[in-house]
Amino acid sequence: MPHHFNHMLGIEPLTAEQITFILDQAKALQEIQQHPLKKLATLRGKSAALAFFEPSTRTRISFATAAARLGADTMNLQAEASSLRKGESLLDTVRTLDAMKPDCIVMRHSSSGAPHFVAERIAVPVINAGDGTHEHPTQALLDALTIRDRRGSLEGLSVTILGDVLHSRVARSNIHLLGKFGCRFALCGPAMWLPRELESLAPLGSAIRRVSRVEEALEGADVVIVLRVQQERHHEPALPLDEYVLLYQLTPERLQRAHPNALVLHPGPMLRGLEIDPAVADGPQSCVLEQVTNGLAVRMALLLMLMLGTPADAIDVVKGASHAAD
Amino acid sequence: MLLIRNGRVIDPTSGTDAQLDVLVEGERIARVEAGLDVQGAEVFEASGLIVAPGFIDLHCHLREPGGESSETIATGTRAAARGGFTAVCAMPNTRPVNDNASVTRAIVERAETAEMARVWPIGAASKESKGETIAEIAAMQKAGIVAVSDDGQPIANAKLLRQVMDYCRSLGLVVIDHCEDLSLAVGAVMREGPRSARLGHAGMPAAAESIAVARDSQLVELTGCRLHVAHLSTQKSLELVRDAKRAGLPVSCEVTPHHFTLTDEDVGYDTHYKMNPPLASREDQEALLAGLADGTVDAIATDHAPHEPALKEVEFDRAPFGVTGFETALALALEQLVHTGRITLSRLVELFSTGPARVLGIERRVAVGQPADLTIFSAEHEWTFRAAESASKSRNTPFDGRRFRGAPMATIVRGRVVWKR
Repeated sequence: MPHHFNHMLGIEPLTAEQITFILDQAKALQEIQQHPLKKLATLRGKSAALAFFEPSTRTRISFATAAARLGADTMNLQAEASSLRKGESLLDTVRTLDAMKPDCIVMRHSSSGAPHFVAERIAVPVINAGDGTHEHPTQALLDALTIRDRRGSLEGLSVTILGDVLHSRVARSNIHLLGKFGCRFALCGPAMWLPRELESLAPLGSAIRRVSRVEEALEGADVVIVLRVQQERHHEPALPLDEYVLLYQLTPERLQRAHPNALVLHPGPMLRGLEIDPAVADGPQSCVLEQVTNGLAVRMALLLMLMLGTPADAIDVVKGASHAAD
Repeated sequence: MLLIRNGRVIDPTSGTDAQLDVLVEGERIARVEAGLDVQGAEVFEASGLIVAPGFIDLHCHLREPGGESSETIATGTRAAARGGFTAVCAMPNTRPVNDNASVTRAIVERAETAEMARVWPIGAASKESKGETIAEIAAMQKAGIVAVSDDGQPIANAKLLRQVMDYCRSLGLVVIDHCEDLSLAVGAVMREGPRSARLGHAGMPAAAESIAVARDSQLVELTGCRLHVAHLSTQKSLELVRDAKRAGLPVSCEVTPHHFTLTDEDVGYDTHYKMNPPLASREDQEALLAGLADGTVDAIATDHAPHEPALKEVEFDRAPFGVTGFETALALALEQLVHTGRITLSRLVELFSTGPARVLGIERRVAVGQPADLTIFSAEHEWTFRAAESASKSRNTPFDGRRFRGAPMATIVRGRVVWKR
């Protein structure tokens, strides 16, 4: 029975069952990525507005490609080129976009809660493509799909998150998602980026430990999520980068503490030699490129669920697919 | 002549709590007795209602001059009167800042024309409230200021604050400080805690306030100047004020209705919950309620901070701090403090009238010869607050649509009923 979603604003309000449903939908769409003709006609005549109020290359291209593979058109708004520079309010900008009658607005914004603000004021579905330091739901979903593919299940895994957890929307969404499947977390990074309040994020049945030594944090980990050092989100430099490399960089030696088949995930863009050693980034445990491919499947699944108007099952869509000619 | 008949007169100063009639002649109270029968007097029937010394709001922003799209002295004092306030103290962070006598005079004159609640301006402590050089405080005092403050900003420089305190002690003025260590609050939009971590909002720790309170009370010790802590919001700050009072220092404080009613758990992405100081933790709220009951808190003040919708209809981190407060203050105090059994009606009246009066160094009594500034309210009247029907020009309140038991019923200023429900 397909689930119905009005918006995709964050992982926190979702149930494990809803998440499993989305991942199953995405799973069905994975094979399209391997098909020589990658384009479906399911959303032909529909359009998605991509409203990126914060610079993004990877996520924007991923959503644009996902929309194109479903046959939908996209309208692009990028902050650099938009009237925001001229002082227009977010509400006016979004209402203008809305007046062009998109079937969905995909939105990234540097303010936490900006997509929630928009979703309360317009009728079309809103997909949060990252809001401030709050959530990045599609990243968590693609991470979960990647982990589930490799490990078979999300249940009860030992997950280590390395880096600036406080300012990371990726970390928050991953904690909400994997926590709902009973995963246990070890958070590790500089103390000023790991306030004890983070422990309260753990969903029921999950647990969060803050660990200061990276070797201890990696002990027995099934999954290691390496966060990018986001200098742009700090109000001031809090730690010299050399100190970060010295204490927290994921090196092959440190990774040996983890489970032998531990997965290494990174949301990108990676800063090789800063948060991650190139040998780990390119090693057999690294999932970074699968994450990118799975991002397409997850975003296609969400666009399908939110733009089709009627609940559809991606499995049927793929089975009955007529590949678009254009 | 105005005869207020059959009301329950509560006058905390004299300890009066009895059914009495109050006769007003001109701008003053002429008689306070039971069973008065006065020929030719206009009668206000107050049976079932409480007649109290006029409410004073120690902390509000009327936005005029410079911010008239959000509030004017006329709309603000009308909203104040609807809230039962007979006098409001207007913070100086207008454009231009009220840091000299000509701005003070303009505010006073405009308020007199409005003929609603009285406006008692607060003068800036420093020029343009920049925290650099001391303002022309004595000239402003002659023009009508009742206190000094750089509210909106703390007086960050301790040396300047010391100078301001020394000077104000000699002038007999109270210094009101917005206590905040700015370096701990850079970029913050709410209180730091589990809720801010969950929402992805930058938070300021509770210590950002109490560090400043601790510093200020030590400067009181040094200078002997009266200090009033604006919108006190944390348990630690309250303890520091309690300690200072116990040590005999002239320190007082106010608490806002939103801080004793709401907590950081109520914060999401609705900018009507964004104020500074931010909504505090449940423990802080409990401490504030206790402080309001045990006498540590001297006054309830609204920090009425109107912002026109366009300013608040934005992303949370881009919205200005502040909520409106005049029209909901009394009802929230009744809801949280009286109906819960935490305080008596007499203590409530103290927090709204004689308490703030004492902070300013004046008296408020329902007694013969006193100015006829009176607040008449009901502890039982049921009503719903609708922001759209507010007299304020702004709508930025978290209490829109809230059901209340108890309300202001009439506001009398200078012997005249300026508003009646």
